Amino acid sequence: MIEVRKLSKSFGGRPVLREVDLTVEEGKTLVVLGRSGCGKSVVLKHLIGLLKPDSGEVLVDGEDIIGLPERKLTAVRRKIGMLFQSAALFDSMSVEGNLAFPLREQGIRNEKEIDTRVAEALDMVELAGEQHKMPADLSGGMRKRVGLARTIVGRPRCVLYDEPTTGLDPITSDSINHLIRRLQRKLGVTSIVVTHDMKTAFHCADRVALLHEGRVHYDGTVEGLKASTDPVITDFIEGRSGESD
Amino acid sequence: MITAIGRTTLLALTYLGELGILLGNTISAMFAAPIRWKLALHQIIETGARSQIVVAVTGAFTGAVFAAQIFFQFHRFGMDSAVGSVASLALFRELGPTLTALMVAGRVGAAIAAEIGTMKVTEQVDALRSFGVSPIDYLVVPRSIAMMVSMPLLVAEACAFGILASYLIAVPMLGVAEAPYLRNLTFYTHGSDIAIATIKGFVFAVIIVSVSCHEGLETSNGAAGVGRAPTRAVVISSLAILGMNLILTFALNIIFPSGQ
Repeated sequence: MIEVRKLSKSFGGRPVLREVDLTVEEGKTLVVLGRSGCGKSVVLKHLIGLLKPDSGEVLVDGEDIIGLPERKLTAVRRKIGMLFQSAALFDSMSVEGNLAFPLREQGIRNEKEIDTRVAEALDMVELAGEQHKMPADLSGGMRKRVGLARTIVGRPRCVLYDEPTTGLDPITSDSINHLIRRLQRKLGVTSIVVTHDMKTAFHCADRVALLHEGRVHYDGTVEGLKASTDPVITDFIEGRSGESD
Repeated sequence: MITAIGRTTLLALTYLGELGILLGNTISAMFAAPIRWKLALHQIIETGARSQIVVAVTGAFTGAVFAAQIFFQFHRFGMDSAVGSVASLALFRELGPTLTALMVAGRVGAAIAAEIGTMKVTEQVDALRSFGVSPIDYLVVPRSIAMMVSMPLLVAEACAFGILASYLIAVPMLGVAEAPYLRNLTFYTHGSDIAIATIKGFVFAVIIVSVSCHEGLETSNGAAGVGRAPTRAVVISSLAILGMNLILTFALNIIFPSGQ
């Protein structure tokens, strides 16, 4: 469904991505691993046209979205939902307003249908009945769940998760991991999860890509990653910095 | 020294270019995309209705102080009756639009930059785009419409309160004769003076909203960036208002010569 070809991006002359190639098959989950600041989120933002690369292609259903004007990207963005790292809830709106927003933007005017779909989405993330709370009243885990509900309420075919468990306690992280897997099973969506949390990777991935120094260092199965003896991979999996006290 | 001047000029030109692009995109969005009138109305309340007190007080005190100063100077030459007309012309042509714009830049421009800046650093602007909603359509156009509608009205309000205050200072307090005061006021104030006030108000509205939205949309570096955005918005808007006021004063005096 999504194919990234030779994607390169620099910020202020510093190369962040160097000819990155990635492919995500329909209905599968790709987990993109890498150290903080290695460009994982940058890859994700290219997939819905939030960033323009220096070179390379991003194909969504065979169509190169690079260079498409903002208004033409709308159709592509309706196929793909994104859960932002900070959840990015609109803080001037209630939970209900946040979830209704993408539906109204899709042109749905029937308030009954909006209410039903909002309730369904909240139910899916186990936050039924929380419609009237404001984002400021939610915990970190709840914000991520509401963000996820807002992402799926428009029924996208692909969901992008930007660090879905960052800043959450281990129990809430585990619950989010289960939620990602459950949503993929229930809705059959294609998922791309960007994380440095190995538990998330092992729990959610059908395939894993490891970004290192702006390049895809590994692209394959979880089993292959676990069995690898490559020091870059083993250091990352075991969390070894190479420093001593 | 020359390098520094060159660099500053280049930065200023780049900034002007960015503002021009934002303004162009905003005008194009006003015609190409449906206008979100509900948001625009909300912004008119925020920009216009909630700025009334500060603008009225500014206008009133400016009119009062200006009337007193004119009286102290003109009284020596027996020209007391000119106080009203001079205050009125000054308020319509210069003080009303400029001081209103500076007050609105401080009150509303700073708020716009802080609000959009916060949305930018918390990825809410990216979230809008991810739903296929242009930040220009959703954030900039409603604020621009609100500012362009509100500013000329706020300028009119500031001038009205200024003229009223100048009357109260000059006539009941300083003893200027009422009939010649009012006759001179109405004789020397023309439609062209009101047109100048309105045009200046509109142009200043465009400056404030463009600079403030630009500063908000370009915010980065988290809380520190959000802290800097309103300050930059107010400083740049204020300087641009003062500079543009000089240009407009000359240009509008050609279009609307004094006394016509």
